Amino acid sequence: MLLILASLLLMVASGAAALVTSARERLSKVIGVTGLVTSCIIGLAPALHVLWTGREEAFIRPWSVPMGSFSIGLDGLSAFFLLPILVLSALAAVYGGAYLQAHHHKGGGHDVSHATRDGSAFFHPGESEDGEREQGQGARERSENRGPATGNLIRKPGASWFFYNLLVASMIMVIMARNGVLFLIAWEVMAIASYFLVMYEDESALVRKAGSTYLIATHCGTAFLLALFILLGRQSGSLDFSTFEASGLSGVAFLMALVGFGTKAGLVPLHVWLPEAHPAAPSHVSAVMSGVMIKTGIYGLIRTLTFLGPPPPWWGWTLIGIGAISGILGVLFALAQHDLKRLLAYHSVENIGIITLGLGLGLLGVSYDQPLIAVLGFAGGLLHVVNHALFKGLLFLGAGAVAHAAQTREIDRLGGLLRRMPWTGAAFLIGSVAICGLPPLNGFVSEFLIYVGAFEATSSLMGPTAVSGMLIVGALALIGGLATACFTKAFGIVFLGEPRTDDAARAVEVTAGMRIPLMVLAACCAAIGLLAPLAFTITTRSFPSLANLLPYDAPVLIHQAAGMMRVVVLCLSSFLLLLSMLFIIRHKLLSGRSVEKTVTWDCGYAAPTSRMQYTASSYAQPLTQLFHFILRTHRDFSPPQGFFPESAALSTHTQDAFEEEVYRPLFQGVGRLLSRLRWLQSGRIQLYVLYIALTLLILLMWKLG
Amino acid sequence: MNNWIEALIVLVVLTNLRLLGTSRLIACIRIVAFQGILLGVLPLLFHANDLTLRVMLQAAASTFTKGVVFPWLLSRAVREADVRRELEPIIGYTSSLLIGCVLLGTALYVGWRLPLPGTASTPFMVPAALFTMMVGLFTIVARRKALTQVLGYLAMENGIYTFGLAFAEKEPLLVEMGILLDVFVAVFVMGITIYHINREFDHIDTDQLSSLKD
Repeated sequence: MLLILASLLLMVASGAAALVTSARERLSKVIGVTGLVTSCIIGLAPALHVLWTGREEAFIRPWSVPMGSFSIGLDGLSAFFLLPILVLSALAAVYGGAYLQAHHHKGGGHDVSHATRDGSAFFHPGESEDGEREQGQGARERSENRGPATGNLIRKPGASWFFYNLLVASMIMVIMARNGVLFLIAWEVMAIASYFLVMYEDESALVRKAGSTYLIATHCGTAFLLALFILLGRQSGSLDFSTFEASGLSGVAFLMALVGFGTKAGLVPLHVWLPEAHPAAPSHVSAVMSGVMIKTGIYGLIRTLTFLGPPPPWWGWTLIGIGAISGILGVLFALAQHDLKRLLAYHSVENIGIITLGLGLGLLGVSYDQPLIAVLGFAGGLLHVVNHALFKGLLFLGAGAVAHAAQTREIDRLGGLLRRMPWTGAAFLIGSVAICGLPPLNGFVSEFLIYVGAFEATSSLMGPTAVSGMLIVGALALIGGLATACFTKAFGIVFLGEPRTDDAARAVEVTAGMRIPLMVLAACCAAIGLLAPLAFTITTRSFPSLANLLPYDAPVLIHQAAGMMRVVVLCLSSFLLLLSMLFIIRHKLLSGRSVEKTVTWDCGYAAPTSRMQYTASSYAQPLTQLFHFILRTHRDFSPPQGFFPESAALSTHTQDAFEEEVYRPLFQGVGRLLSRLRWLQSGRIQLYVLYIALTLLILLMWKLG
Repeated sequence: MNNWIEALIVLVVLTNLRLLGTSRLIACIRIVAFQGILLGVLPLLFHANDLTLRVMLQAAASTFTKGVVFPWLLSRAVREADVRRELEPIIGYTSSLLIGCVLLGTALYVGWRLPLPGTASTPFMVPAALFTMMVGLFTIVARRKALTQVLGYLAMENGIYTFGLAFAEKEPLLVEMGILLDVFVAVFVMGITIYHINREFDHIDTDQLSSLKD
């Protein structure tokens, strides 16, 4: 416990030191990054210790804040969530050090290209054999981002390191807090720190909009959490977690937790801030936010569930329903995106959906007293938390490397990067395979656990559980299939084929500082895939702290499930063995012959251009067409006309359905309603003082009776 | 000694009413200054039996600031802005006095019902404090000139100070000194601001500044 406190202190202190020294850029970076990495390593020790020995640690000091106490604890669940936070934050910090510096030396500070043309300029007459051209969010974004200001802005990243370290420290605090006041303070610091990190490039109007969307969303969520804690602490009159109990109103508390924590986690329909904020932030920040920060929402939900007593079945059903909707809609909207980081952001919604599916299955297992289903569901959901942190961190860092090297994040302006950036490409490929839930990587392991649990539920032949099982299997299969489609699109268009722009053609491999974190994360993905039984056992070490929720004799069940995981790993290894044998055979067969590489489309075309290639949107078109009723993609199409068509254009644009159909009308309505109260705001100071005075007087009289 | 204290409190209440009924700015400044001096003397009466140097110094500082420094600053502002009277108050002087009476009733009602930690020295202390605060607020609401609003602000501070005095045994006067410092800075800044507003806009009518709102 002392170690983790020391780690927190070092983290914040080094952040502050980075802020103070921000005039000397390199020094401030070194202080910020080394401080963070060191403290993450220090923090890992107690987390691993708790997971290994299963001993819980606590540290309680009284605190003068009303209802508050400085009460922190490290149990299995906290330690399990700490692992991805510490690992990913440290790696992303190393990456970020190289990333911000590289950007600084390029003279700009932005992911989004400065040197781009807008849609109309792209279509020169006669240059439109392949009229398909997409103009997504990115195009509008760039038109806002252009201008000299972006080009030669001198940015001091010292403040950025301060907020980064503060963000990581507050995440650790959120995970360890055992008092409502402390939790909410850490929660708010986390929100504010990440807000400032999102606003790193605040000269862009789009980034500012993303920032304020995020700030509003996160505060709406916090409002629900405040109500939740008051509800939970109502009985005992204390906000210490150990005294929490929901009596009678546990259903209301569950819903409040779902909304409050779901906003942070990005569950549909509360996800709207996510696809805005994640692309706006620098890549290492997106990786941390998407990889681990949104998981604090999942943590909070699980932690709250342990206070609420035995779950009625409708909680499980609610989670399964929301999880399925989040998963499917997340991946569908991802499919329709043209911006690589926006695509990844929607995939976070999808993966949070998968985690929620797992948790829902676990809850149903508890409600219907099916221990094996409960254990599999929770283990799958929890393990997916770690897995998603690893591969989504990897993908965001990879996307940052791509954006950095090729000066754009727009998928349809990239291409052929695998040959130019082999390391980044390979890492991105591993991340893509993992996120699709394909063997032999980590995404497969956790989804497999949920699948097995769902099949177990289906074959239990108990009415409701069987239905839920079938629902989950169906949803997971659909999500997996669509995710595979989405990442074949992303990887295929970005890394394979020929570069579509000059910038993409000039791309070179990123520096070691950015490459090594990618490699480490890729190795972690593979390791969890191949050491699945171990990963599973570590996951189940968090179960003792869920004892209120999972009142089962877990070791037997865990043993049973771990045996199954061993079989899976055996299959995976034999698959890998087979694959490598096939490679060897191919190599042997080809060894005697000459193998040549040549240009794509080299037969028949006199002058092949890269614009003849398949585009991302045409690849996704059959699927987006199929789900048009949800996506409502806006198409702007002027087809080629006449025998010698001069110009043609197609642009598609997919707005977030919830933002368009729910939140915009809602906020407009609220705005209209409140504008009727404009008369209150007369602009006279005297009147304002009168309002305040009258309110105070009335409150005083009312209180005195 | 209590008689003296109560007499002073009555005087404070009367100054409040006078503040509500006066239109000449210089007179208003003098009234508030007088109120400040009265309140500065009050702690001496409280501690008449055990007068320490500290209490005396504090009383002296308070009296000096409120009775000399503030009036001087504000009179200077009046001279520079060349405004003599509050001509068109939002609420007229007669109505102000009537409202003041209602406020006095409210203050008595609230002050006697208010559950307080410990007992006040005299039963009139808390109502008087509340009344002074209310009058201060009312002056801010009901007058147009920026200067009158500064005076309202000062009256409010006087009320807070009186409230603290009511529990002089519990509340260290040091806290009052802190508040006084705040007020001093505020008045200083406002005095300068009034001067600049006047130079810029040729008046110090705050309600005309509302055209600056968005």
